[in-house]
Amino acid sequence: MAVVVVLKANDVQWCFSQVKGAIDDDVAEADIISTVEFNHSGELLATGDKGGRVVIFQQEPECKSQPQCRGEYNVYSTFQSHEPEFDYLKSLEIEEKINKIRWLPQQNAAQFLLSTNDKTIKLWKISERDKRPEGYNLKEEDGRYRDFNTVTTLRVPVFRPMDLMVEASPRRVFANAHTYHINSISVNSDCETYLSADDLRINLWNLEITDRSFNIVDIKPANMEELTEVITAAEFHPNQCNTFVYSSSKGTIRLCDMRASALCDKHSKLFEEPEDPNNRSFFSEIISSISDVKFSHSGRYMMTRDYLSVKIWDLNMESRPVETYQVHEYLRSKLCSLYENDCIFDKFECCWNGNDSVVMTGSYNNFFRMFDRGYRQDVTLEASRENSKPRSVLKPRKVSTGGKRKKDEISVDSLDFNKKILHTAWHPMDNIIAVATTNNLYIFQEKLN
Amino acid sequence: MSGDNEETHTAEETSMDEKEIQDKVISPEKAEEAKLKSRYPNLGNKPGGSDLLRKRLQKGQKYFDSGDYNMAKAKIKNKQLPTAAPEKTEITGDHIPTPQDLPQRKPSLVASKLAG
Repeated sequence: MAVVVVLKANDVQWCFSQVKGAIDDDVAEADIISTVEFNHSGELLATGDKGGRVVIFQQEPECKSQPQCRGEYNVYSTFQSHEPEFDYLKSLEIEEKINKIRWLPQQNAAQFLLSTNDKTIKLWKISERDKRPEGYNLKEEDGRYRDFNTVTTLRVPVFRPMDLMVEASPRRVFANAHTYHINSISVNSDCETYLSADDLRINLWNLEITDRSFNIVDIKPANMEELTEVITAAEFHPNQCNTFVYSSSKGTIRLCDMRASALCDKHSKLFEEPEDPNNRSFFSEIISSISDVKFSHSGRYMMTRDYLSVKIWDLNMESRPVETYQVHEYLRSKLCSLYENDCIFDKFECCWNGNDSVVMTGSYNNFFRMFDRGYRQDVTLEASRENSKPRSVLKPRKVSTGGKRKKDEISVDSLDFNKKILHTAWHPMDNIIAVATTNNLYIFQEKLN
Repeated sequence: MSGDNEETHTAEETSMDEKEIQDKVISPEKAEEAKLKSRYPNLGNKPGGSDLLRKRLQKGQKYFDSGDYNMAKAKIKNKQLPTAAPEKTEITGDHIPTPQDLPQRKPSLVASKLAG
C-alpha cells in the first residue's frame, strides 16, 4: 500500500530529472506531442503524438545506492497506434493524431490502454515476454522444419529465459461510432465500460464489444443552424460508476446519472458560474469555453480549465466554483492579437496531484503553473533546455505586467506564444510530473534531501 | 443662443468620453474588442455562434468526388484532365479534383524521437 505524504507547498522544490525528444528547433509535425498520461501505479508513462505513435516509458526501480533519487523513466515500448485515413464518402481527411490515451487498471500481468484519434478508439495490450520455448521436435531452433525422417527421439520442449521483449498488440478496434471528432475517452470505475465523447455526442462502450455502442448524450440540434454549443470534454466519476460529467464550449458542466434514463440528455446537475452582463464582450464566450475537466481523486471535486483560469467545483454546489485560479490574467489585454493568431482557441489541460492538494496546468513560453489549494500559493516554472542540468532546482519565473520590469522577469510582449504547454501529468502518488512542450517531454521530480 | 448650444454639446461629449475611459479601465476585454472591431468591421456579433462551431465541426474536409472524377475521365478520353492552379488551396467548382491533387497522407514510418 502506498503512503501519501502531505508536504507543504512552500517546502517543495522541483528539480529537472529528464528530457526526451530531439533538441533541434525544426519540429516535424508528426513529433508534436498530443497527450501524456501516467498509468494507475505511476510506473508507466505514455505519450501520444500527431504522427499517431505511442511511446511508453517505464520507471526504473529505485536504486539502492541512491535512495533519495527516484527511478528514471526509460523507453519500454513504442508502436504506431493510428494511421492517416481518408473517408471518401464524406471527403474527410482523418488525422492519425492521438487525442487521448487512458490506461486501464492493471488486472493481470499485461497492461492495457485505450488510445483514440478523431474517429477510432483502440484497445492495446502491452505484454512482456521473457521466456521462450526451446527444444521442439519438429522444428529447428531457427524455425525451419526438420525432415521427419531424421526425428528419432521425442522430447518435451522447455521454456528458457530470453532477453525481455515488450510487445504491443491491438486487441479491440472501436470504430464507426462518431460522426464528429472525438475529444475524450474515459474508463469507468467498473472496468467494464468506457465512454467516448465527440463534439455533439457521447457513447458508452463495453470493452469487450466493438460492434455496438450506446449513445448516452446527444446535443445535436434538429437544425444545425441552431447550434450554439459543443461538448469539449467528458469524464467518468472515479468511484461512482453511474456518474459522468461533460463540459461545453459555453463554460458549463453537466453531471449525468446513467441510472436516471438511458439517454442522459437531461442533466442531473448543471454547473455554471453566473456572468456579469456588464462585462460581456466579443471574447467572453470564447474564453469561457472549457478545454478540460478532471475529477479529483477523491471524487468530491472537479476541476475545469478555460482559457485564462482553472476552477475547482464542489460537486455539491452548482452555482459557482469554490476556487478560481488565474493562470495568465495578463493575457486579458492581449485577446485581440490572440484571436488573430488563433491562440485563443488553444486547449490547455489540467491535472491534480495524488492527494488533490495541488493542481497544475500549462501556459505559453513553456511556462507551467501550480496552485496549492491549502496554502494558497502558486508558482510559475519553465520547461527549457537551459534549466536541464541533472537535479538542478527550477527557479520560479515571473511575468511582469506593469511598466517596470524587474530583473529576471519577462514582459508579456516577450512571451513566445508558439511554445505552449498544453499537456501535463502528475504521478498518482509521488511528486513526479511529466510536462510536454511542443515536441519534448520533461520529467521533473521533487527535491529530496 | 448658439453659444448655449455649443456648451450643451460639449458637456455631452465630455460625459461620453468619461464613459469610454471608464469602460477601458474596468474592462481590458472591451478595449480588446474595440480594437478587433476596428480591424475587422464586418465581424458578426455572435462569435461563439453557429459559424465558428460549424467551422470546427468541419475540420478535415477536403473536396473529392469520385463520381465527378470518373465521369470526367470517361468524357475526356485522350485529353488531360484540367489540373488545379498551384496556388489554389481549395479544389472546388469547375476543376475536377484528381487523386493527385489530394495530399497523400502516409503513416509515418519513422519512430518517434521520444524513443530515441
